[in-house]
Amino acid sequence: MNSALGELERLFPPGRFLVKPGQLAPYESDALTAFRARPLAVVLPETHEEVVQVVRWSARHQVPFVARGSGTSLSGGSLPIDGGVVIGLNRMNKLLRLDVLERIAVVQPGFINLQVSSIAAPYGLYYAPDPSSQPVSTIGGNLAFNSGGAHCLKYGMTSNHVLAARVVLPSGEVVELGSQSLENTGPDWLGLFVGSEGLMGIATEVTLRLLPRPEIYHTVLAAYDSLAKAGDAVAAVVASGLLPGAMEIMDSLAIEAAEAAVRAGYPLEARALLIVELEGEVPQVEAEARHLEAVIRASGAYEVRVAQNSDERMRIWKGRKAAFSAVGRLSPDYLVQDGVVPRSQLGRALSEIEQLSTRYGLRVANVFHAGDGNLHPLILYNGRVEGELPRAEELAGEILKLCVGLGGSITGEHGVGMEKKAYMTEMFSETDLATMQRLRLALDPLELSNRGKMFPGGQAPARVHQGAHPREKGGVISRE
Amino acid sequence: MTLRPTHAEEVQEAVRSHRRVLPRGGGTKPSLSTPGENQTVLEMSGLSGVIEYNPSEYVFVARAGTRLAEVETLLAQNGQYLPFDPPFVEQGATLGGTVAAGLSGPMRQRYGGVRDFILGVQFVDGTGSLVRGGGKVVKNAAGFDLPKLMVGSLGRLGILTELAFKVFPFPRATSTLKVAFPTLQDTLEALYKLAGSPIELYALDIEPPSTLVLRLGGLAEALPARLERLQSFLEMNGELLQREAETSYWRGLNNLGSLGDGLLVKLAITADQIPGLDKALLTTPRRYISAGNLLYLAWEEPLEELDALLKSQGRSGLILSGPAPQPKIGLDLEPVFGHKVTAALDPQEKFADLQVGS
Ligand SMILES: Cc1cc2nc3c(=O)[nH]c(=O)nc-3n(C[C@H](O)[C@H](O)[C@H](O)COP(=O)(O)OP(=O)(O)OC[C@H]3O[C@@H](n4cnc5c(N)ncnc54)[C@H](O)[C@@H]3O)c2cc1C
Repeated sequence: MNSALGELERLFPPGRFLVKPGQLAPYESDALTAFRARPLAVVLPETHEEVVQVVRWSARHQVPFVARGSGTSLSGGSLPIDGGVVIGLNRMNKLLRLDVLERIAVVQPGFINLQVSSIAAPYGLYYAPDPSSQPVSTIGGNLAFNSGGAHCLKYGMTSNHVLAARVVLPSGEVVELGSQSLENTGPDWLGLFVGSEGLMGIATEVTLRLLPRPEIYHTVLAAYDSLAKAGDAVAAVVASGLLPGAMEIMDSLAIEAAEAAVRAGYPLEARALLIVELEGEVPQVEAEARHLEAVIRASGAYEVRVAQNSDERMRIWKGRKAAFSAVGRLSPDYLVQDGVVPRSQLGRALSEIEQLSTRYGLRVANVFHAGDGNLHPLILYNGRVEGELPRAEELAGEILKLCVGLGGSITGEHGVGMEKKAYMTEMFSETDLATMQRLRLALDPLELSNRGKMFPGGQAPARVHQGAHPREKGGVISRE
Repeated sequence: MTLRPTHAEEVQEAVRSHRRVLPRGGGTKPSLSTPGENQTVLEMSGLSGVIEYNPSEYVFVARAGTRLAEVETLLAQNGQYLPFDPPFVEQGATLGGTVAAGLSGPMRQRYGGVRDFILGVQFVDGTGSLVRGGGKVVKNAAGFDLPKLMVGSLGRLGILTELAFKVFPFPRATSTLKVAFPTLQDTLEALYKLAGSPIELYALDIEPPSTLVLRLGGLAEALPARLERLQSFLEMNGELLQREAETSYWRGLNNLGSLGDGLLVKLAITADQIPGLDKALLTTPRRYISAGNLLYLAWEEPLEELDALLKSQGRSGLILSGPAPQPKIGLDLEPVFGHKVTAALDPQEKFADLQVGS
């Protein structure tokens, strides 16, 4: 191993080849802080060629590797492999091309999500996928996890906004997947790669599609005296034929926490808040707003507010975006799940989660993407109390099974990673998983790329009690 | 030989016991479904019917041999539609054939193509295994995205047996504006201006030589104002199509066969390639769709000439109907990745390259 490591060391200058324990520590975990593992080394490539070289080195010496963006994965996706290398991509953060006419941005994988919209803004364009980690998460990480956000029902996830990627396969071969066209004339290879959780190699160049910014937004905040009423309101909006850009719900625990954190001015006594946002051309949105008003009025909301300007809109969203980390303040630790249920089952799912919460004696707060049925139950626990973490994990597992049982999915956007791999069998048969594994082995026979993730089985790494992601503690990002 | 399975198990059995198999849906894309030597045809119409549809979920699940016409009728009863606007509806195209061929139509402009609306698949791979991927909820990140992989797979990766899709409400009212420009250059300038603006169009086509065809949709009460805004944005009034005339205009175009005689070919392109391509296509019946991302044409010259044109432009094409030695022409876009994935799903080459009988 030593000669292999020496060979790797020669590929990188000292500041970009890390092996000392102190240097490795920040890379030992991601935003799923309950897991931790020590890599053999961390390398920080700055070019596509350097990525090719380190992957070829891995293949030659059969050393597994994990690509890493900003390490905000909530499912342990960027957790290192014991004895493997971490390929940190944060330094590959350049904009390679911005083509305003064709509405395309070509970026390196370490480019930050929010910056895509920032560079496009002067031209009236934006990048649609908006995970709430967007101030820090990278396009490479977004691509690997097919990340979502608040606008998925109407606009889709990351996969619907990536046109092409240059990929270094685990063998060290380089392929170009997709093209600048939205159309294709053969199998959708890029579609398979996006969302493959780092198991199919490393994207080193990504072509993104930019959309024109909507002309106007219309943001409504409705307060209800029960969660069920808010859930029914979502169903009613959809049944009316409207297609809002976003529909979000917060329960009382989340409202209380968000209010304490950012003073969004939410009605404190509400049992549930619904945010609905319309967007588009002025005459259309004005007409839709009248329809929406009628639907919301009939839904039993006891208070309705409409943002009158962009400040008021930002305030409504500020509370929503801060809700996660705010809930975190109510408790020393929390786990967040992101199961999906059919929209019509939202009410049932929420009341069963409430019962589970009582049964397990752990508080659960709910802040979620109601428009697409993507729940985000936050399970509050104290890692210092013996037995609370395993109990919280068990409760989390029950919630995942509940979602699958109602016809949904174990994850809407956070991915399977290390955390949910044991639950893949709830959703997929042995044959389904064996076929996915065959695909993986065809591209990576030695299982070098992110070994031990997504597929059930294998050893779990050490679990530790640790707290929130450092950027989250710093208040830079909040969980969604 | 032709088999007509009525259950997924019969598809599995057929794949296991025949040397080479080729699925056929409605047969509307004959270049993709005409068997070569030793290929057993699996006629998929026996695997038909919508299995689940709850309009308030915006989701339905159906067997792969289900005809698009049946699906569209059912959706329309609930004010919904297939937003990717697949072709050949009245000609009998099926869901499975549409996904395998990867075909979308003009309305893909608003919300995306078939890849953006497929949520789940069940298929029989080359080993005869029945495999599921994706799910039936509008958002799902579990496992590899096999549904997307199957879009455009041409029966080469597996035989689709069941599919789940997201759908949307159809706009309450629609209108179409045809605006003729003096030159293609002017047309493209207007196309770029529109595509970069917040104006939301259900279709943004170029009808050769130089007419933009724009479809607006939304609430009826807002449509007149939006049309006026569109006209002043373009500084042209154009010709307005409404009601029956509008619907039948688009319905007519849905039959790609009406484009012209010759080989029907799909090209995936970008708007900046249009000037270069169009010079070589002046006498070819053609239509540019979705802001210049998609081109359907009816090629009447020798195939080698089109192949050479595509290679010179760095593009690939797909022949949907007409005699051709194989349906893919132009560049082979991703040989390395493609071969690895194909070998994993079809190790014995049960679905090996189509040889179209001429
Ligand atoms: C506070 C908070 C809020 C969040 N909110 C959301 C949300 O709203 N929606 C959502 O979907 N997610 C959310 N997440 C999860 C997380 O931010 C996303 O999964 C994000 O895409 C990860 O990006 P990253 O750069 O941190 O990637 P990392 O965590 O570093 O890596 C994630 C995965 O991607 C792989 N990877 C990284 N770069 C590459 C590459 N170039 N090529 C191939 N594979 C690569 C890694 O190996 C790993 O498996 C949130 C996380 C936090 C901490």
